[in-house]
Amino acid sequence: MIQAFAFYLFAAVVILSGALTVLSRNPVHSVLWLILAFFNAAGLMVLVGAEFIAMLLVIVYVGAVAVLFLFVVMMLDIDFAELRSGFVRYGFFGLLVALVLAAEMIIAGGAWSAGSLELSQRAAPTSGDLPNIEAMGALIYSKYLYIFEAAGLVLLVAMIGAIVLTHRERKDVRPQNISDQVKRRPQDAVRNVDQPVGQGVEL
Amino acid sequence: MTEWFQSTWMGPALGWFVSTTILILMIALPLMLAVAMIIYADRKIWAAMALRRGPNVVGPLGLLQSFADGLKVMLQETIIPSAANRGLFLLAPIITFTVALIVWAVIPFGEGMVLADINVGLLYLLAASSLGVYGVIISGWASNSKYPFYSALRAAAQMVSYEVSIGFVLISVVLWADSFNLSTIVLAQQAHVFGFLNGFGFNPLLFPMAVVFLISALAETARAPFDLTEAESELVAGYQTEYSSMSFALFWLGEYANVLLMCALNAILFWGGWLPPVDWAPLYAVPGIIWFFAKILIFFFVFSWIKATVPRYRYDQLMRLGWKIFLPISLIWVFLVSGYLMLTRYGA
Repeated sequence: MIQAFAFYLFAAVVILSGALTVLSRNPVHSVLWLILAFFNAAGLMVLVGAEFIAMLLVIVYVGAVAVLFLFVVMMLDIDFAELRSGFVRYGFFGLLVALVLAAEMIIAGGAWSAGSLELSQRAAPTSGDLPNIEAMGALIYSKYLYIFEAAGLVLLVAMIGAIVLTHRERKDVRPQNISDQVKRRPQDAVRNVDQPVGQGVEL
Repeated sequence: MTEWFQSTWMGPALGWFVSTTILILMIALPLMLAVAMIIYADRKIWAAMALRRGPNVVGPLGLLQSFADGLKVMLQETIIPSAANRGLFLLAPIITFTVALIVWAVIPFGEGMVLADINVGLLYLLAASSLGVYGVIISGWASNSKYPFYSALRAAAQMVSYEVSIGFVLISVVLWADSFNLSTIVLAQQAHVFGFLNGFGFNPLLFPMAVVFLISALAETARAPFDLTEAESELVAGYQTEYSSMSFALFWLGEYANVLLMCALNAILFWGGWLPPVDWAPLYAVPGIIWFFAKILIFFFVFSWIKATVPRYRYDQLMRLGWKIFLPISLIWVFLVSGYLMLTRYGA
């Protein structure tokens, strides 16, 4: 009973906050609703026994991705009138995308319930008592090792690409070089001169 | 205890609920008391290092100072700036405080003395502590004032930066302990070095990680020398500037609860948690919880000591330390630790 209650609670909050993400007028509120949606999706994951995925969802999406989202959105100069002006223009495309998604979901649901897909083939590999970190680790680092490493490489390339694209060398700033400062000795920095009167010091 | 409640007239569901609620209160209420006393201790230590007396008026030796402060803020009026975003402004301190409390659910205070003995305990800690930044960001934005906003931006960048190296430090500990469960991690440290020293910190391969973790913990909780989010010479009081009364007190309590949590984590991950420092039978006569509290207090003293001694970092120095020093070091250390374990424990 309590499981059903928890499921409907989490699911309802996910849908509600998803809807409010789209409907909120203030982008910052949108991001916060999105975070609530992520958080409750993690709750749903816990309910199906995927506690590792749930924690990853919170750590990665709520803890890092959404923070950066919020970071960017917070600094935006929000013009509410302009935000809503494109509604009619983009409304049609939005509706189209929604229709395509809905159709796909209905087809997928129909195919799944028709049962001709080999359901036993896509069953979870874990036996109930193995913690799912170990189960996933055993699978990722043996059967799917190359795919996993390839995914890691793709992410690395993306990261380096983003840095290369956005990095700019500024000539007008003088960054602090701490090792230079530590290496500097009094004899390099100070010079005693006995200068005759009337002549300037040569630097 | 849960079984006892379930065996009375309450039945399994209600019995579980009542016993869990009592256990939560048994953690949360002493924690609040500990926070009050630790604020007093912090001020006393700080004062002693500055050759001052510190709080010494309220109660014997000033022991009741924090309670007097608490009573004072409770009686004050909660002021909400007219330009603030009302709902979020009030939500922010609640988030900070709640997150600071929920992380304690997985902390083992002794053998089997843990509220939620889940097998992803460490990940839960990471997940919950990464939520802590929202209290700061939301308060900064909702205050609609420039100093809190700057402070929120600083806090967000700082926490995200240091969480990366903390993550790598945790990975090397997890590799060695072979588990994400905090109780298992503590037990794995029993007689870990030379067969009699309890603690990963005594292991020469893990000691540098313990140092990185201690410093990252300072940055993560925004304590001096990394307290740029509330640098009073630049940002007034940072994200708390517009807060008053209980909403301010919730930030204050949450912040110190987080400091205690980081001290507890240092003890659990590197210095043997509830185990005595040396694996010698007479030392086990002292209850584990006392060893654990002693370790927390030692680390809190270190935190206060650093606060009283070290000048504040500049923001670019903070970022340099996080990204250019700690990140490469901890990354290399993960390689070293996993390579060593691969050679010794799992065979070539």
